[in-house]
Amino acid sequence: MNAVVSSFARIWAVFLKEAVQMRRDRLTFAMMFGIPIIQLILFGYAINMNPKHLPAALLVEEQTPIVRTLVQSLRTSEYYNFVMQTSDPRETGDLLARGEVAFVVSIPAGFTRQLVRGEHPQILIEADASDPAAASGAVGFAQTILTDALRHDLKGPLRSVAASGQPPFELVVHQMYNPEAKTSYNIVPGLLGVILTMTLVMITSMAMTRESEQGTLENLLAMPVKPFEMMLGKILPYVIVGASQTLVILLAAQILFEVPFIGQPWILLLGVTIFVLANLALGFTFSTVARTQMQAMQLTFFFFLPSILLSGFMFPFRGMPDWAQVIGEALPLTHFLRIVRGVMLKDTSLAQLQDPLIALCIFTAVAVSVAMLRYRRTLD
Amino acid sequence: MSGELAIDVHGLIKRFGKKTAVAGVDIQLPRGEVWGFLGPNGSGKTTTIRMICGLLKVTEGSGQCLGYDIQRDAALIRQQTGYMTQKFSFWSDMTIRENLEFVARLYRLPHLRETVDQTLEKLGLTNRQRQLAGALSGGWKQRLALAAVTMHNPKLLLLDEPTAGVDPQARRDFWDEIHHLSLEGMTVLVSTHYMDEAERCDRIVYLANGHKIVEGTVPDVIDRSGLSTFRGEGKGVRRLAEALKTEPGVDHVAYFGSALHLSGQDPAAIRAALNRHPSDDVVWNEVRPSLEDAFIALSAEAGVDTRVHA
Ligand SMILES: Nc1ncnc2c1ncn2[C@@H]1O[C@H](COP(=O)(O)OP(=O)(O)OP(=O)(O)O)[C@@H](O)[C@H]1O
Ligand SMILES: [Mg+2]
Repeated sequence: MNAVVSSFARIWAVFLKEAVQMRRDRLTFAMMFGIPIIQLILFGYAINMNPKHLPAALLVEEQTPIVRTLVQSLRTSEYYNFVMQTSDPRETGDLLARGEVAFVVSIPAGFTRQLVRGEHPQILIEADASDPAAASGAVGFAQTILTDALRHDLKGPLRSVAASGQPPFELVVHQMYNPEAKTSYNIVPGLLGVILTMTLVMITSMAMTRESEQGTLENLLAMPVKPFEMMLGKILPYVIVGASQTLVILLAAQILFEVPFIGQPWILLLGVTIFVLANLALGFTFSTVARTQMQAMQLTFFFFLPSILLSGFMFPFRGMPDWAQVIGEALPLTHFLRIVRGVMLKDTSLAQLQDPLIALCIFTAVAVSVAMLRYRRTLD
Repeated sequence: MSGELAIDVHGLIKRFGKKTAVAGVDIQLPRGEVWGFLGPNGSGKTTTIRMICGLLKVTEGSGQCLGYDIQRDAALIRQQTGYMTQKFSFWSDMTIRENLEFVARLYRLPHLRETVDQTLEKLGLTNRQRQLAGALSGGWKQRLALAAVTMHNPKLLLLDEPTAGVDPQARRDFWDEIHHLSLEGMTVLVSTHYMDEAERCDRIVYLANGHKIVEGTVPDVIDRSGLSTFRGEGKGVRRLAEALKTEPGVDHVAYFGSALHLSGQDPAAIRAALNRHPSDDVVWNEVRPSLEDAFIALSAEAGVDTRVHA
């Protein structure tokens, strides 16, 4: 009996000690509540497994009442968000390659005439199937939407066209970049970005934190080494780590998953280099903010969570609400995914990848500046 | 003027929030001398040293170190200064040799291998050079740290309690080394809690509560304390201690083995107190106060309660 009581007394003592230490680490305490809330918001509101309102372009080469009806039906459906309509095929040329739209819907010249004659003209939907999940819903429902729309219009003398049981037109879907709709084509290149983000940010976030936690910072600061020398020296080993990881993942993508690589390797190399630097600079910034390695881990996780959820890695980027896309645009992974998927699956050119490359450069520059500003030159 | 002074700082003040850790300290340390830096725990020694080598921003005050401004030219000061931290601050997960090599590279020392070999040889750690520094015992860690901070032949050595936890033989070796370096022109400021080490210094600076209380040679400091000390020896001396403590004129009572030291500002008052407690088997003699007696008296005078210091 006595033994039980004293055991409880000791449990109580340890409990109190842990509670005190837990409360004292403010950042950890905040994270314990912050992370679940962010997870709830992201999973609850930002993520859309069946994405709608995906950006699309319309290429309509003739304007007739029937075509207008078809266009109107697509516009009012919740799957497409037409960001442009044109009658010039040149304007829709590389929208898909640049990732600006997920679909291009084309209604060719002479469509109405052929339809009326019962010649089953074609409507073409080119879908960016590099992310099969994003494309499937909109493509799957297109037939129904268009057929329903025509049912109202094809009356009187045209009833015979509609009545034949078959749809009066032929819907042709081109699953661009990933005709077999393999999800691995989308996931594996994306994993390259995810793995680089996680490992590199985590490792470098410890860089300065470890020194201050173990008391070796005082020694480092007392020796003649400048902040940028310290930063470069600490980061460079991990550039090598990042390069090796990239190589391993790309080989695995080829050998294990048979993901195509149809673009220019040097563009990817350029993208990977900037992306790796961006992550290392960010990790270094974290390490100037965190006071313990535990806090550094938490900051990393705090950053990692939106990175995988809002970058377009797990869920279609364009399917997210606007506010989530705005956050996503601020994450380096988002831009890297556009580069790596573009180069590997779409043979995207350097000019077409200009925007994500510039975004990564800006991010890196900001992260480096913040890290340098936050770097502690003294022990204050 | 400061060409002759390795450290020349005036009115250094350091505040951490509301707390004043250093409250206006002046130090004029001539080149080539070895000065002791003393004071109770929390008196501001470490904080002062950190300000001198630019590791902490100075709240108020100014000064030069090796002719460079301590606030503006911290980078230049670092190049020529060796600072040994109070807490071991080398890399526990690197070997002894790797630690030394890292330091040697940062200071761009020529002949890296030979320099490190020699340092290891002098330390007597050649056989253990591949052990992790973290596996060294406390005293050996201190010795490694001292070797590492002197490797680049600094002009100024700032040592913060370098011999804490070091055995007597190693401590003696260590001080021999300090005097040897000082002969070669190195200036040394060394903080310590050991009185015997204070006595090996050219001069001592005594801090309490962030203020400099005294500065001078050991005899100076003892004289400055204005203390008289009586030593009692004999069988019954311990029994007398309790009674004597409360006598007016007796400020401090300290045991030295089987002997007892009574100290106070007024020798006549102490004699009177002794006369009120006569004892046949105790012999009282006036002796020169020890440095420790002097410090305790000085701190009390400065209003520092050294027993319950925040
Ligand atoms: N970073 C800090 N933040 C807040 N207070 C500090 C900080 N560093 C030191 N102090 C305070 O400043 C005072 C002086 O501390 P300092 O470490 O300089 O004393 P010290 O003389 O070296 O003591 P010791 O002999 O114990 O090493 C102490 O009261 C300490 O609590
Ligand atoms: Mg100290």
